[in-house]
Amino acid sequence: MFAHEFMRNAFLAGTPVALACGLVGYFVVLRSQVFAGDALSHVAFTGALAAAAAGVDVRLGLFVVTIAVAGGMGLLGERARPDDVVIGSVFAWILGLGALFLSIFISGSSGSNGTAAVRVLFGSILGLSLADACLAAAIAVLACLALVAIARPLLFASVDPEVARGLGVPVRALGLGFFIVAAVVAAEATQAVGALLLLGLLAAPGGAARLLSDNPWRGLGLSGAIGVGSMWAGLTLSYQVPALPASTAVIGVATATFLLAAAFSWLRRRSRQPGSQGIDGGRVELSLGSRS
Amino acid sequence: MTELARLSWNPVGDFEQLTEFPFMVNALHAGTIVAVMAGAIGWFMVLRRQTFAGHTLSVIAFPGAAAATLAALPLALGYFGACGLGALVLAAVSGPGRATRSGESAAIGTVQAFGLGLGFLFVNLYSGQLAGLESLLFGTFLGITTGQVTTLLWISLAALFVLMVIGRPLLFASVDAEVAHAAGVPTRALGVIFLLLLGLAVAATAEITGALLVFALLVMPAATAQQITARPGPGLALSVGLALAVTWGGLTIAYFSPYPLGFGLYVAVRLCLSAVRHHPIAVPVGEPV
Repeated sequence: MFAHEFMRNAFLAGTPVALACGLVGYFVVLRSQVFAGDALSHVAFTGALAAAAAGVDVRLGLFVVTIAVAGGMGLLGERARPDDVVIGSVFAWILGLGALFLSIFISGSSGSNGTAAVRVLFGSILGLSLADACLAAAIAVLACLALVAIARPLLFASVDPEVARGLGVPVRALGLGFFIVAAVVAAEATQAVGALLLLGLLAAPGGAARLLSDNPWRGLGLSGAIGVGSMWAGLTLSYQVPALPASTAVIGVATATFLLAAAFSWLRRRSRQPGSQGIDGGRVELSLGSRS
Repeated sequence: MTELARLSWNPVGDFEQLTEFPFMVNALHAGTIVAVMAGAIGWFMVLRRQTFAGHTLSVIAFPGAAAATLAALPLALGYFGACGLGALVLAAVSGPGRATRSGESAAIGTVQAFGLGLGFLFVNLYSGQLAGLESLLFGTFLGITTGQVTTLLWISLAALFVLMVIGRPLLFASVDAEVAHAAGVPTRALGVIFLLLLGLAVAATAEITGALLVFALLVMPAATAQQITARPGPGLALSVGLALAVTWGGLTIAYFSPYPLGFGLYVAVRLCLSAVRHHPIAVPVGEPV
């Protein structure tokens, strides 16, 4: 499998991107911002198309637009977190603009360029050149480092923003910083693996890790590991089954992991029901029982 | 055709021009039906804070359409089948077992990504021309047949009837789920029914606007209406009215300009939003935990 250069490139870019997505995804899920992450991936789509329509480097459009919108959403969400409806409205605008840029792009260039949109949406991880892969890997590693650097206060601020603010943690700046890291990851991951894969890699590993562990550090590690594992398993799977696109395979593995985690946590919760020596729930119920 | 269509200063002439071709009349009919349905159901969606679920359903419409294309079935079947199935999956996912909102949204996100992944797989398997994909995602208003309009009409009438029947308890359950539950309102069943209705509305809208732009019709009019008034009756009416205005405006712009329907919708929505921009926000709805 590694005899092919495109597979080597895919693994080279995919591993750090998946790790970054897994780490960011854990926080995204912890902070209940999956919808915002979803919006970012669509923003990336519009940004790429805008750049393509204007004839600029796609990467420029991706990063500028995504980071700008992320900053805007982070600022909007100062009081409450960016709320459902705000995101939804931003979304509709962004997608409408995306449709406009797509039509300009297609009508402006001779020949069929409709596949460009498809590539942005669904990614082309198997079509990366070595330079692209190295760049993607470098940016993803930087994003991981930035996230690890702010991980401790960010965890605190995510779990209990009121107390964190009381203790002098700059909750708002952290939220904004996190959003910008997420935007960088979104832009880079869209370039490398497509907007679609990005969302799957954000939501599924984070959600699975949240279900499996209550310890934030272990959860964070687990989320990153699940992301990387899904990427590897998915790439291998799509190599073995040629009809299966890489994005679909990776998402499929990530979804399966999430389902397994959900089933596992459901079983665990059931076995912890009345009578057993459970951790919190069981003990509380026991003490209540003895009182009555 | 677009070269011939010119907007003049004569509204009657413009209207005649607009309804000159049967496909345009069909598009206007279908757009009107869809707008009424999306406006009403979207209002409840925004009230219930289920925007993410709505978006996920609209995205799920895409693999449905792709699967239908692959199996050579009618597109409508794919849209409605996928959205119905998606609504049931979402209802199962957001069950009472999952206490936290964050867990729920992670599950919805996973469902959405998986649906898109499947859609991509189907498109790949089809390996036909990808040009069709663009219209699946971004919609086309040119190919609507009279039969489709009739189907849409019946579906939306049925959906609106169900919404009317469950409207009152649904409103109660949406505004304060816990009190409603305590008062004996079957909140869970209502939630499932509403998700199914939402799936129907999304599927119907997706046929016209494409999977990605359903949002423009479902969210924007409803969100705008809720910013202007918190009262259910006028709010619903306003939401439907705005959706109608947006659709008609969008179709007109799309007809008279070389840009696609999505852009027309976008401009119409933008106009409608900037009209509201300076209006004070009337409903700072708290997070219903």
